[in-house]
Amino acid sequence: MIGDGLFMNIQLPKFDSQTQVDFVVIGAGAAGGVIAKELSAAGFQVVVLEQGPYLKEKDFDHDEIKTLWQNALTNDWKTQPNSFRKTTNAKATVQPSVLYGRMVGGGTTHFTANYWRFREIDFIERSKLGAISGTGFDDWPIIYAELEPYYTKAEWDLGVSGQPGPMDSPRSKPYPLPPLPIKSAGALLATGARTLGWHSQPAPMAIISQPYRGRSACSHCGFCEGFGCEIKAKSSTLATVFPEAEKTGRCEIRSGSYVRKIETDAAGRVTGVIYFDQKKTEVFQRAKAVVLCANGAETARLLLLSKSNLFPNGLANSSGFVGKYLMFNGGGFATGVFEHELNEFKSVAVTRITHQFYDSDPKRGFYGGGGIDLRFDVYPMGFALGGGLPREAPRWGAEYKKIVKDSYTRSVFSFGHTTSLPMERNSISLDPTAKDAWGLPVLRVTYKDHPDDLKIMKFFSDRGMELLDAAGAKKKWAGPVEEQTFGVHLLGTCRMGNDPKRSVVNKFHRAHDVPNLFICDGSSFVTSGRGQPTCTIQALAYRAADNIARMAKNGEIKSG
Amino acid sequence: MDDQDASRRLFLIKSLTGVSAAWLALRMPEIVAAQEHAHQAVQSSAPVKFEFLSPEQAVEIEAVAAQIIPADDTPGAREARVIYFIDRALSTFDKERQPLYVKGLKDLQAKQKKMFKNAAKFSELNSEQQIRVLKAFEKNQFFEIVRAHTIMGFFSDPSYGGNYDKIGWKLIGFKDEFYFKPPFGYYDREYKETQ
Repeated sequence: MIGDGLFMNIQLPKFDSQTQVDFVVIGAGAAGGVIAKELSAAGFQVVVLEQGPYLKEKDFDHDEIKTLWQNALTNDWKTQPNSFRKTTNAKATVQPSVLYGRMVGGGTTHFTANYWRFREIDFIERSKLGAISGTGFDDWPIIYAELEPYYTKAEWDLGVSGQPGPMDSPRSKPYPLPPLPIKSAGALLATGARTLGWHSQPAPMAIISQPYRGRSACSHCGFCEGFGCEIKAKSSTLATVFPEAEKTGRCEIRSGSYVRKIETDAAGRVTGVIYFDQKKTEVFQRAKAVVLCANGAETARLLLLSKSNLFPNGLANSSGFVGKYLMFNGGGFATGVFEHELNEFKSVAVTRITHQFYDSDPKRGFYGGGGIDLRFDVYPMGFALGGGLPREAPRWGAEYKKIVKDSYTRSVFSFGHTTSLPMERNSISLDPTAKDAWGLPVLRVTYKDHPDDLKIMKFFSDRGMELLDAAGAKKKWAGPVEEQTFGVHLLGTCRMGNDPKRSVVNKFHRAHDVPNLFICDGSSFVTSGRGQPTCTIQALAYRAADNIARMAKNGEIKSG
Repeated sequence: MDDQDASRRLFLIKSLTGVSAAWLALRMPEIVAAQEHAHQAVQSSAPVKFEFLSPEQAVEIEAVAAQIIPADDTPGAREARVIYFIDRALSTFDKERQPLYVKGLKDLQAKQKKMFKNAAKFSELNSEQQIRVLKAFEKNQFFEIVRAHTIMGFFSDPSYGGNYDKIGWKLIGFKDEFYFKPPFGYYDREYKETQ
């Protein structure tokens, strides 16, 4: 493979907004990147609209203040406030409630790069376990075997390092790259798991352990989570498929484009997209079809903003399910301090995981499952401000200095990644009063974890304490499990299904109500999985793109 | 070029094995630029002029910061020049906290005068007296902000004016480097031996 340096003389297309392009893709993230690349490679003209900037590797650094505190790579609540409430009859208060990657590359630019496939059970849990009353717990309209070729495609196209574990679902090809070198947290997980009789396995990571397709291997600088990779070792869509899409000469990426409405005609077909450009001037881009990939929060918000006489409850929302069944995933935490140095600030965040408690076990008396990794994903400032110290630790003075000094290189978190049940009451909606910097209603989150979600978090916090103990921690502690008020995984808000009355998109991501509108991102999820959605989002995107391209070639997408 | 730089370059050449020479030639300047980028933190050795704080205010705030992270056998907030971080924060990204500092400092001085009538300023108290004042004063917003700013200034990138000579990072054993190689810590080194 050849690096993109040789392609600097390729003329990037600039489509006129009056030109009816084949596709507008809204959102340049995990799914949008894959779909833009696949559709442009299949011969279609694609305009990608991204609200964030188009940054390059040279723009990334290790600056904790700029990147993590001033939202350099994420949505900024100063211009785009959120509101939050626990229940549907409460008034929401303006406060940050969602975080997402806001740049070309989206969440894949700043994510930790855990890249777990779902397993066969994830798609058929309702059939295996039975209904859970008061929830929207359901089977997916596809099974693992239908998605497997696309998991493989994602892993090979993007570059994933790993080694199959004993309990993984079948795969048609091995990982393209061997696992990244084990770190101390990984060694402690493996040792502790062995003592407890649990299995463990190398973590599948979307970070390349060896040179791959013109990109250089991970240099173990340690700034993965929350940061952009300076050497393209993280397999973000920014570093992988977007350059490929641009090389086709048929894909234009318009950063700084804030979409406010998907426009439809009298026949109920999409005609194009209205967005604000960088100068906040409105532009209408015509398109034969639209693929919406703006993440599980903004996708639902945009559909609700796109209401019209024909679609009074929001676009593609005859089911009333747009924005409903929001799932955040949960976390069960414990912290341990060890005698010797781990130096977890070096290299990728996660090198070993255990899926010992992946499946929901009816014997526990509640629904839920998950996976565990050990990591210490706090940078010096966030750590010293308290993120990683016991709650009762001294907060200033000589004693404070001592605990900070002694524990940074010796500490580790046990992080249990857990299920969230789909609840109709948990949702994205439009706030009735608060407005963003563009004058649009802000994103309102309504969320209250199902009691089983809290129980599985506690279960994983307890397993974390056991694991740290078995690994020989000198000191360990776990805080109480609390109801979540903030989401980073944004799932389920336009769920896929065969029944148009009970889902928003069909099994090929086509909106039931609008034949030339496709929706593919975390919003498509029917159930939450175990806390690592990106791999499945991208496998779905490869599968969706395959089907969209086939339909378009067969003339099956009638435009407005 | 120090050893770390040499090892970074060596690593890069190694990691690019199998990639065409043309690619390497085209990309090398950008890759090297990316590596150097994180290391271009501004390290001013000369004292910087304050932008928001008056010299008198700076002395008082610095005395508070020096109790939050005191010098003992290792340097503390004063030696890490945290006061420059605070001044810069208050004149840039934390501008809105200026009034809190002005009022908070007055409140602190009022408290200190009540407790120690003979001293005109917090900074004139001895260390033990300062700690007594702060313990009586720690449950308010101003102290919380000074605490947060002190810690931020001590542990953030030196380009923000604090963490002079990476004093904060050295204290906790953190290194901001572009390239590390395994083994990374004690347990992965041991793990390989026992596997």
